[in-house]
Amino acid sequence: MEPLLLILIVVVIVLSVGSVALVVHRRGDSVTLESPGARGVHAPPVDAPPVDDPPVQSPPAAPAVASLRDRLGKARGTLSGFMGSVRARPRVDQETWDELEEALIRADVGIGATTTILDRLRQSVTAEGITASTELLEVLKAQLKADLAGGDRGLHHEPGGPNVWLFVGVNGVGKTTTIGKVGKQQADLGHRIVMAAGDTFRAAAAEQLEVWAERSGADLVRGAEGGDPSSIIFDAVQRAAARGSDLVLADTAGRLHTKVNLMEELRKVRRVADRDPGQVTEVLLVLDATTGQNGLVQAQQFTEAVALTGVVLTKLDGSAKGGIALAIQSTLGIPIKLVGLGETADDLVAFDPDEFIDALFAAD
Amino acid sequence: MFDALSDRFEGIFKRLRGQGRLREEDVEAVLREIRVALLEADVNFAVVRGMLDRIREKTVGIEVAEALNPAQQIIKIVHEELVSVLGGEVIRISYASKPPTVVLLAGLQGAGKTTNAAKLARWFKQQGRNPILVGADLQRPAAVEQLRTLGRQIDVPVFSQTGDPVETAVAGLAEAKRLGRDVLIVDTAGRLAIDGALMDEVRRISEVTSPDYTFLVIDAMTGQDAVVVAETFNDTLALDGVILTKLDGDARGGAALSVKEVVGKPIAFASTGEKLTDFELFHPDRLAGRILGMGDMLTLIEKAEEVYEKQGAEEAAQRLMDGSFTLDDFLDQMQQIKKMGPLSGIVGMIPGMPKELKNAKIEDGQLDHLEAMIRSMTVAERANVDLIDGSRRARIARGSGSDPGEVAVLVKQFKEMQKMMKRIPGFSGTKKGRSAKKKGKNRGRITTAPSGPPSGPKPPFSLPGLN
Repeated sequence: MEPLLLILIVVVIVLSVGSVALVVHRRGDSVTLESPGARGVHAPPVDAPPVDDPPVQSPPAAPAVASLRDRLGKARGTLSGFMGSVRARPRVDQETWDELEEALIRADVGIGATTTILDRLRQSVTAEGITASTELLEVLKAQLKADLAGGDRGLHHEPGGPNVWLFVGVNGVGKTTTIGKVGKQQADLGHRIVMAAGDTFRAAAAEQLEVWAERSGADLVRGAEGGDPSSIIFDAVQRAAARGSDLVLADTAGRLHTKVNLMEELRKVRRVADRDPGQVTEVLLVLDATTGQNGLVQAQQFTEAVALTGVVLTKLDGSAKGGIALAIQSTLGIPIKLVGLGETADDLVAFDPDEFIDALFAAD
Repeated sequence: MFDALSDRFEGIFKRLRGQGRLREEDVEAVLREIRVALLEADVNFAVVRGMLDRIREKTVGIEVAEALNPAQQIIKIVHEELVSVLGGEVIRISYASKPPTVVLLAGLQGAGKTTNAAKLARWFKQQGRNPILVGADLQRPAAVEQLRTLGRQIDVPVFSQTGDPVETAVAGLAEAKRLGRDVLIVDTAGRLAIDGALMDEVRRISEVTSPDYTFLVIDAMTGQDAVVVAETFNDTLALDGVILTKLDGDARGGAALSVKEVVGKPIAFASTGEKLTDFELFHPDRLAGRILGMGDMLTLIEKAEEVYEKQGAEEAAQRLMDGSFTLDDFLDQMQQIKKMGPLSGIVGMIPGMPKELKNAKIEDGQLDHLEAMIRSMTVAERANVDLIDGSRRARIARGSGSDPGEVAVLVKQFKEMQKMMKRIPGFSGTKKGRSAKKKGKNRGRITTAPSGPPSGPKPPFSLPGLN
């Protein structure tokens, strides 16, 4: 109550005074847009790309689930390059440490987590008297694997009413696509699935999910655009219970964790989904592997709101390393459960920390 | 979670007080903090290195006279460096002499291409143009459907067909000419920079449409990889600029800075919200402030300007200054503020907001509660809160479903605000910031917008606790 009032008062003052100030300063502002044709013919700045650069064909999607290491290996360039140069150094010196730091930061592990990791590594180096670079790397790998070990990586099915798996995250991380893939996989495992198109905000999100529902033979429950997501998920649980489906995959609209009202909406979705006969058994944060340090804040805010059970790291087949997931698990203890390595349903695979770390360090 | 750079400096400079000049090791300590701040903001590793060298050069030898406040000087240096890397200017869009002006959007999956294609179309429409959208994202299910829906919302035609994206783009261009539309915006499928086949496809789309502008759409939350992505897209498409999306979160957006530094292409537009109107030309100095965690006053005020009725705001400001601001005015202001989105977002943009307030949990529902209290007061009470005694307080509390204590707090705070505003001497209401009311330890300071144009020189920033 009291902080709210204070804030309001400050905001009122700042805004009313500020808008007056702006009106004054605006009067002196110039227009930023040129009138049409002011630059004469606008030369299209597209350089003809060199023809002698044949496109690399992306390999066809692996029929079976290839090992994470193989899949990640394709795109490891930068980091493995660094590791290679560390490895090539005969002795551990200051430059080795600098390069390790750079490699981890470039992988989006973050300066905080990187410092912690390297401090611990220094301790073991002193304790064990390590001098060779290759040995150092092995210790580092073991340490990182140990950090990621443990944690519950399974996807949970409980007996009783329909299980609800809730997918949450900021905009554009791949929630709908992930649900489509999880749905396909779970359907293949013999589960009967209802997909709940809880993203009522983004235009055509339900249509996108519908395509996936058809692919996996799942039921789709959808509502009106702009409708209440809680009621859609409620309906989906009812439908699942009525038809004997055991799994509801609930999509939600992407939301930035800073939007209080949208996070509140998400809490409600979770409460409603957990209402009898439904039971929420997974709440998965979908996280884009390209995400930088903000990923940690996202995970923190989302888990505060809806108690995450795991992370799905998508788009790991690109050049991004997804190091922020490392920071999320070590800081918040939320395990990475699935990783996305491509467009097809088979490209969503279980996360294996050993392979993940090995891939990070692979020396091509 | 992240402390503003100024907070980091505090400790260092406390030690330095009374010292005449910054010694080299002091500078190194400061630079280390700057480095951490930049890396936490997702500025690319290599870019940080270059920036630190330049900052070091300017920093060595700064006088640490107490009056000068070295922390602010250094922050100013960092800020200027950031602005200069970001490129001090707003992009200018010019139009092809032979319409349509073609704009191509490309980027990774989920960066926000489709949404921003529509936002861009709306922006062009506002500039008096007649845009058409072409949906060449035939990959993601329902992407074209999404574009069509958005197109309907902004009343802009959308062209698409099934089959091949390159052919779709060609047909879209023909359709634009047939309809006499003068701006053509091509939305493409999201693709990974390392996906050779898809990169080749977007290159062919570029070849057949000869875009006047090619924008890379990039998420403000992107980490170190932003540079790799931007370089690859730039090699393939020769970018003209970047559209930075999802700036309405709390990501610092350092990736944008890296892209500008490495690829040398400006950030043209910024997308700052979910609504199609939340889209604007990019202002480098504002992002610089944001990367440093200094708030974003100008964006805030601009936002305010959009929803505020100007005359009402000016009158309210006037009344604030001469002390005749009533609870009715306050209620009015609350309504305006509500239109600007969640209060927590607004608070984040105010520089120098004391931590106690910034971290306070604000639910927007509380606003309604407050409103209920004010609405439960009589007209006379709202005009003169001194009327409110114990029994009136009880009545107001009953009427609004709150308790008398809460009403008392409201009345007390409001009175203090009135008192404080009266105390400020010579408040002309046109220039500079004003200090505002603080709770507890009286150390924060609120500073409003700098009065010059955004790119002009600025006075050193006022930051809490440094004077």
